[in-house]
Formats: sequence, C-alpha cells, structure tokens
Amino acid sequence: MLYAVLCYNDESVTSAWSKEEDDRVMRDLTAVQRKYVEAGKLGPVARLLPTTAATTLRHATGETIVIDGPFAETKEQLLGFYLIDCGSLDEALDFARELSSANPSSGSYEIRPLALFKPGELPS
Amino acid sequence: MTDTAWIDLALVSARPQAMGALLRYFRNLDMAEEAFQEACIRALKAWPKSGPPRDPAAWLIFVGRNSGIDKVRRQARETALPPEEMLSDVEDRESELADRLDGSHYRDDILRLLFVCSNPTLPATQQIALALRVVSGLSVRQIARAFLVSEAAMEQRITRAKARVAAAGIPFETPDAADRAERLAAVATMIYLVFNEGYSAMNGPEGVSADLCDEAIRLSRLLLRLFPAEPEIMGLAALLLLQHSRARARFDAHGAIVLLEDQDRRLWNRGMITEALAMIDKAMRHRRPGPYQVQAAIAALHARAERPELTDWEEIELLYQTLERLQPSPVVTLNRAVAVSKREGPEAALALVEPLGERLSGYFYYHGLRGALLKQMGRVGEARVAFDRAIALATNAAEAAYIRMQLDHLAAETGRPDSVKEKQ
Repeated sequence: MLYAVLCYNDESVTSAWSKEEDDRVMRDLTAVQRKYVEAGKLGPVARLLPTTAATTLRHATGETIVIDGPFAETKEQLLGFYLIDCGSLDEALDFARELSSANPSSGSYEIRPLALFKPGELPS
Repeated sequence: MTDTAWIDLALVSARPQAMGALLRYFRNLDMAEEAFQEACIRALKAWPKSGPPRDPAAWLIFVGRNSGIDKVRRQARETALPPEEMLSDVEDRESELADRLDGSHYRDDILRLLFVCSNPTLPATQQIALALRVVSGLSVRQIARAFLVSEAAMEQRITRAKARVAAAGIPFETPDAADRAERLAAVATMIYLVFNEGYSAMNGPEGVSADLCDEAIRLSRLLLRLFPAEPEIMGLAALLLLQHSRARARFDAHGAIVLLEDQDRRLWNRGMITEALAMIDKAMRHRRPGPYQVQAAIAALHARAERPELTDWEEIELLYQTLERLQPSPVVTLNRAVAVSKREGPEAALALVEPLGERLSGYFYYHGLRGALLKQMGRVGEARVAFDRAIALATNAAEAAYIRMQLDHLAAETGRPDSVKEKQ
C-alpha cells in the first residue's frame, strides 16, 4: 500500500524562520528521510513554494477561469497530485485545462511551483 | 529549536494581526503596544503549560484587550474620568474572537496598522523606524543599530513619530476601495523603503542590514497574503526577493562592491529567485503593469541569465522604457542608458545621460556612469573629472572604494598619478 503524506503548517510561521532555522529544519527532515530512502520505501519528496505563488484554475459552468491565490475552499479536499515539468505558467495552465476538460466534475486545480524536488526511487 | 522557540515564532507571526486589532480598540499606538506586551508576557507564562492556543492572534488580542481595559479603568479611578470615552469598540466580541477573527476584519486591521506607520506627514526615516518598532516589534536598540544612530536618538525619533501620528488623527473607518488602493500604495512604498535602508547599508555592521531586508520581505509576504490578487504587491515581493537573492555576491571578501556583471552567480539564492519568478509570471497574467512589476521583471531578466553575456538587454531596455512611461524620473533614464550602452555602445548611452546633468548633478551614480562611459570612449581626462565628482558624492565606503578603483585603472592606463590620491 502506498501512502501520500502531505505536509501542512502555518505559512506565516514557516516564512518567519530565519535562513538558519529553515536550514536546520530541512537538514533534520533529510536525516529522517534518508533512513527510508535507504530502505527503498521513500519515493519523491517535494516542497512547495508559498501559497502566494499559486494560481488556481477553476472549472465552473462549462468554462474554466484562472484566479489568483491558493485553492482554499474547505468544502473541497485534496484528492491527489501531479508533478509536471513546464517551461512557463501558461504551459502549466494548459495542462490543467486539459485535465479539467477531461474531468466531469467541477472543482479546481491549484498550480503550485515547487521549491524542492527529490525524485526518490521505489521498487515498482 | 529550543522548547520555547515556538512561542517566540508564534508571537512574531501573530504580532501584526494582534497589534492591528488592539490599535482598533484603543486608537492609540502606545496603549496598543503596552497591551500587546502584557499579552505576550502572559502567553510566555501560560503557553508552555497549556500548549499553543488554536488561534494565537485571537488569544493575544483577547488577553491584551482585557489588560488594556483594566489599565484604563485603574487610571480612570485615579483621575476620575469616565473610561468609556477613551475606548471604542469595547462591546463584547468574545464569541467572534473565539470563533476566529473574520478574515476581512483582520485584513483591514493590519492594513490600518501599516498605514498608520506610513503616514504621509512623517519623513521617510520616521515611517521606517515606526514600522520596524510597531509592526515588526524590533527593539529600539536593533533599529538604532540599523540606522547607525544612538539608542537615545532613535527613541526620540520614534516618540516624535508617534506624537505626530496621534496629532494627525488616524482614520479608523474601514477604508473603501479607492482609499484602500491609496493606502496600499503608501504601505508598499514604506516596505520598499525599509528594504532599501537595509540594502544600501549592506556593508555596514554585519547582519544588521540583512535583518532589515529580511524584515521587509516578511512584511511584503504579509501584504501579499492579505491581497493575493494585487499584481503590484506580487511585483513588490518579487522585486525584494530578487534583489536580496544577490546579497552574498554583492561584496567581495574585503567588502568591496562587485558589479552585477562580475558577480559569482553561483552565490545567488536560487530558492528566492524561483519563488520571485513564479510571482512575476503570475503578476504578468493580470495585464496591469506597475512600477514594481516592471522593476521586478528587469531584475528577473538578470536572474534568468546564466552568464552576464546572455542577458537580454533589448528586453531590459524596453522594460525601462515602460518604467519611464509609468514613473518618469531621471534615475530611470540613467538606468535605461546602461542598457543602451550594452546594445549600442557608450556614445548612444552618453547622449541619453548628458541631458540629465542638471537634475542629477548631486547623484553619485550619474557621475559614476558618465565616468565609465567616457572611459570606454577613451576620453580619459573627462572620465577622471566625472569619477572625482562621484567619489565626493559617495554615501558609503564601498562606493568610494569602487570609484577609487576606477581611477586607479585610469591612472594605470595613462601612466598619470591619480588626482584623488594626491589630495588625500
């Protein structure tokens, strides 16, 4: 069974970390991850840029609209995620539009740039 | 992190929200500050035992407000004045607070707080000092160090600023859309000034100025969280991140200035650059360009170039033209001249620079750039005169040292003694 572990924290707190504090947290986290990487249990690790860097594509009444900011509607839940390598925000939005038109439900796709990515490896 | 470090972090990040709300209750900066400090002291006692409250800001507002009201009542008994007249909004709001503060209220409180500090009747240095004290909670000592003045002088400056704000009368009503846009611009300028204060003093006492830059970035993030759909605020945050991303490359081991094209780009902070580029991309989609966005877009073009010779000077010149249209200023034209010199050579750039002489005769960079262009054209004597003027106008040791180096180069090329050295 694969599990996704999603990290939540208060951004106003994490963005108040000094560089030293941030480095320490990342180092300590990496130390925890290493054990699982060596055991072949850990896949990709990603850190997202702050929500202020996010763009949201919302699918409503037959058309898609692009809005600012993070996707923060509490009545909608995170269902899954993709990682895609795009040259620009427009390209990422095109991808989200395609997903959206293939998706029969309304709902939204939040486009959050990554701050860190480690591919990891899992036995398939 | 130590056991109580989380409390310090929570207090720092809750400060603008709590101070904003307390200012709304008490309508007086000193009272709001005292109430917040009292609430922090109680938090330091209570939280280690009880754990963090669900909403630290709401907790601090509630406790701070009660302690402030207590204090006013005590003073009122002593002076026999009805306390109600000194207070506003004292009707009970516990349920609202317990239910978590309404988002829009919170936004207006913080905006009001920031706006009070960027009060246009205050000189820029007082605006910055007040914001650092009230919004950021830096100690008077820290602020005094950043401005290289004595603690007593800074204390006086802040006290004067507070008195002026009180005399000016603070608008407490919820700002309407037009008002808000105006306030937002004033607040953005104030944050930009805080950053510049740190940026230009970067070669001062170690760490002090970097703290100011970090603080300005933190404030810009706060503003962006409050107004996530304002492209100019995205532009401001991106601009500050891009400029600060070069902090480690701007000076060499001896504290001398390293020009952009000579900087070791591996020292640039990639994390900050990535975040800023994402913000600029997003801002551009709004098709509402403003001065911060354009400046950030220029900085982004430098950040995107892996090597200096890959810099897209054509696009940079176009952006400077846009900036000239949005915010005409001889300094912007001077910057455009740098882009022109890269594309068309020093003659074309000098033709742009010369007419600015009247307005920029007291500006360090005007004479510095003029000297550099004349030097490139082989007009050594005139270059020397320009560099001499620049050195007299340098505002810090690193600037002066840089021009002295230029003069040394000139002297080495022409075999003549350097006139500035002779004078010293």
